[in-house]
Amino acid sequence: MVQFTLPKNSKITTGKTWPKPEGAKTLRKFQIYRWNPDDGQNPRVDTYFVDMDRCGPMVLDALIKIKNEIDPTLTFRRSCREGICGSCAMNIDGINTLACIYGMDEIKGDVKIYPLPHMPVVKDLIPDLTHFYAQHASIMPWLETKTNRPAKEWRQSIEDREKLDGLYECVMCASCSTSCPSYWWNGDKYLGPAALLHAYRWIIDSRDEATGERLDDLEDPFKLYRCHTIMNCTKTCPKGLNPAKAIAEIKKLMVERTV
Amino acid sequence: MRYLTDRKRAEGKGAAGTGTEHAWYMKVSGVGLALIIPVFLVAFGRALGGDRAEVILALSHPAMAILTGLVIFFGLRHFASGAQTMIEDYSHGTTRRALIIAVLVLSYGLIATGLFALAKIAL
Repeated sequence: MVQFTLPKNSKITTGKTWPKPEGAKTLRKFQIYRWNPDDGQNPRVDTYFVDMDRCGPMVLDALIKIKNEIDPTLTFRRSCREGICGSCAMNIDGINTLACIYGMDEIKGDVKIYPLPHMPVVKDLIPDLTHFYAQHASIMPWLETKTNRPAKEWRQSIEDREKLDGLYECVMCASCSTSCPSYWWNGDKYLGPAALLHAYRWIIDSRDEATGERLDDLEDPFKLYRCHTIMNCTKTCPKGLNPAKAIAEIKKLMVERTV
Repeated sequence: MRYLTDRKRAEGKGAAGTGTEHAWYMKVSGVGLALIIPVFLVAFGRALGGDRAEVILALSHPAMAILTGLVIFFGLRHFASGAQTMIEDYSHGTTRRALIIAVLVLSYGLIATGLFALAKIAL
């Protein structure tokens, strides 16, 4: 059955409050989830204070400042710092988003940061995305063709290329899938919004010749039809994409080939 | 702990090959019920407050009896399908299968009972 409470060893305790930086005039309070698999302790929420006069505008800037100047043990993923790599996805102020493109001016009060919800935690703000990536691989995110390879290139009209807009931009940050209650309850079988958005991206690619097989692979009460159009995915996507619409389009294609 | 590759774990037993029929039925029956339930409520509401003979007379009218039969049959089938989806959402394994069987038995039991009662009144 669905679990509505956390197991004993996952219950969050009050953590350490780190000292305020000396001489700072504009302080911002950060409450950050911490968990270390090696110390055998429950997760905790540590409190940090950051001098905003000496910090960049994005949440990731503050996290890097905390790691560099206050607590080097704080662990999180980051890479591009401009919303392209999807590494720094986390739950900030109750919203799954990318820390590098989420401005601190968008947050009222204390900044609360947790890892992406309902995923196993590797350490601190790092979720284990192994299953998420395997689900992505299972939808065959590549061009499948049966016709002999053309001498030059697989041609595509401008109109057909435009159909991929709003789909190819997904950076696989997992913000959408981890905001989806259906993915929380049935993530082992339900592919989730990110994988389904990518599936649709290849289904409607005019050059792809495996449309039927791709739809066959999704014809399942769990893989596709656990989506109940809750729309959290679309609301939270830090890239402004619409996975719920992509899923609805797949469902329409399923009906079209049946009725 | 089973030693499965990540890909095997993600693909599981593969696609069941069903799902569209269920989703399409829920849509069609949902639209159908949205149309007939208000008509049923208005028609049945007129009989409310009357004595037993008046209510039985209202329900035994062919149009009213057919409408009531449709509401009972499609309403409870829609309920069964919706409840199955909810059970699949929130429970797993043997519990899931047992609850689905229970809800189907309940729904079809209610359909049979309702149609039998309607037939006794209307015929």
